[in-house]
Amino acid sequence: MSAIVAIHDLNHYYGSGELRKQILFDITLTLNAGEVVLLKGPSGSGKTTLLTLMGALRSCQTGSLQVLGQELVNAPKAKLVNIRRNIGYIFQGHNLLHSLTARQNVQMSAELQPLRSAVAKQRSEQMLTAVGLADHIDYYPAQMSGGQKQRVAIARALVSHPKMILADEPTAALDSKSGRAVVELIQQLSKEQGCASLIVTHDNRILDVADRLVHLEDGRLTEINTSATLVSS
Amino acid sequence: MKIPLAWLQLTHERMRLLIAMAGIGFANLLMFMQFGFRDALFESAVVLHRRIQGDVFLLSPESTALIAMDSFSNRRLYQSAGVAGVEAIYPLYIDFALWKNPETKATRGIMVLGINPMDDFLDLPGLADAKHQIQREDAVLFDRLSRPEFGPIPDLFATTETVTTEANDKRLTVVGLFDLGASFGADGNVIASETTFLNIFTNRDAGQIEIGVIELAETANPEAVIRRLKQHLPEDVLVLSREEFIAFEKDYWETGTAIGFIFTLGAGMGFIVGVVIVYQILYSDVADHLPEYATLKAMGYGDRYLLTVVFQQAIILALIGYAPGFGISSLLYVLTAQGTSLPMAMTASKALTVLFLTVVMCMGSGAIAVRKLSAADPADIF
Repeated sequence: MSAIVAIHDLNHYYGSGELRKQILFDITLTLNAGEVVLLKGPSGSGKTTLLTLMGALRSCQTGSLQVLGQELVNAPKAKLVNIRRNIGYIFQGHNLLHSLTARQNVQMSAELQPLRSAVAKQRSEQMLTAVGLADHIDYYPAQMSGGQKQRVAIARALVSHPKMILADEPTAALDSKSGRAVVELIQQLSKEQGCASLIVTHDNRILDVADRLVHLEDGRLTEINTSATLVSS
Repeated sequence: MKIPLAWLQLTHERMRLLIAMAGIGFANLLMFMQFGFRDALFESAVVLHRRIQGDVFLLSPESTALIAMDSFSNRRLYQSAGVAGVEAIYPLYIDFALWKNPETKATRGIMVLGINPMDDFLDLPGLADAKHQIQREDAVLFDRLSRPEFGPIPDLFATTETVTTEANDKRLTVVGLFDLGASFGADGNVIASETTFLNIFTNRDAGQIEIGVIELAETANPEAVIRRLKQHLPEDVLVLSREEFIAFEKDYWETGTAIGFIFTLGAGMGFIVGVVIVYQILYSDVADHLPEYATLKAMGYGDRYLLTVVFQQAIILALIGYAPGFGISSLLYVLTAQGTSLPMAMTASKALTVLFLTVVMCMGSGAIAVRKLSAADPADIF
């Protein structure tokens, strides 16, 4: 399996001078293609910071963080923007554009790829069908339920066939049934498309979808070997 | 076609769009009315000019406007009669006299036009019928549309057929009426024969005129004749084409008075009102969409894409706000023209000027509003 993300001894700090506070300590983590990794940890442990660093949304400081073979530490801003196009983000809130229909929201992501608009449109509709929203293609976010919106967000993240999916508590706003469906969808599509997925979650109901579990506490990462042990604990 | 995000975001919120259209339309209206009044006032300054039927005009180089005319020798006009392409020449005398209101005996400056009663180059309603009457010495025609301060001459004339009064202490008889109208410089007008004119203005030389009107042969090329006239005549007269003659008068009022400044300032206020309205709309639009813009940045859209969206919205607002602004202004022009008898007209140049200003206005607001975009930080959305 090839490494999509390779992190070595990554440290991250907020603030400067006396107020400088270290958030992440010597993070080392590898994500492989086709893998679903769950990241757990109490709030304030640095999960979101790690996620934004991996997603090229924040500048890295020291250590090494390679996404798709590209070093993000000290990378220029334009390079970060380009790398983002290979990453599918699923946010805690769905963050859909309210003025666009489900199909248009997904197509906004597809249009970042070098595709003809007609193809982008077609793929967006296929992806919405894949997440079970074939009959909601022309609905606006305001006309859909929380679970449906989150599925649009997943379709948007996956339509451009990203090499990596970063999901921040994708089930937090959902009931257990639709939350389960959403995570299984991420798992299924990332297996099909061979991309690495990192899901940040507090939700113990979904631990079994993970290939690996990692735990972040006080900025330090520990790996739990098998998902089975954690599910039983 | 790519997703037209700017358009979709604007049209998704109908109420806000409607308010934006109303605001921009109102700013348009302010600009259109100010420009309209300004142009109408300038146009009213050249009502007489437009009524003079001539192709080329001779003026003294010292003349600055109808209210400040210098005279030149009518020999220059006779000299021009010999130039190829000149069909006819007409001398026009202009001076201001103190007219005595026959009822109140109050005096007021009135413009007196002196013509040869045989000449036919002033296209004024009523003049053709009454003109022969001014061959009588000290008989004048009075402008029906003069301001009322000169006395109820038209009423008196209708009841008594002749009205006698004084101008520059010279006894005159009104023997007819014509229509011209008050302008900036002249509150009222009187037409007299050359002889009467010289009787009123006793200190004038007989051979001095204010405007030399030249009519060209139909086949003549005006530019060529003007070139020949300039070669033929000494430097002590100006040779102007019809357009130059009108522009000469307008230019005086535009640059020599505060009128242009006042109305341009008014239009500037409209512009600023527009900037503020469009800024408010674009700013709140950007602020409301910040999480969405941050999401787009996280997906891999660059700053330039978002800048483009905001400026596209600015241009769309400019165009859809301009349409009702133009429509209502055109209607108000017609109503104002009817109500004030000012020559208000929607011209292509005015329409384009305001359109251009509207686009600049919206782009300017957009340029201020995009500063808010930097607040869209993709690192904040997780």
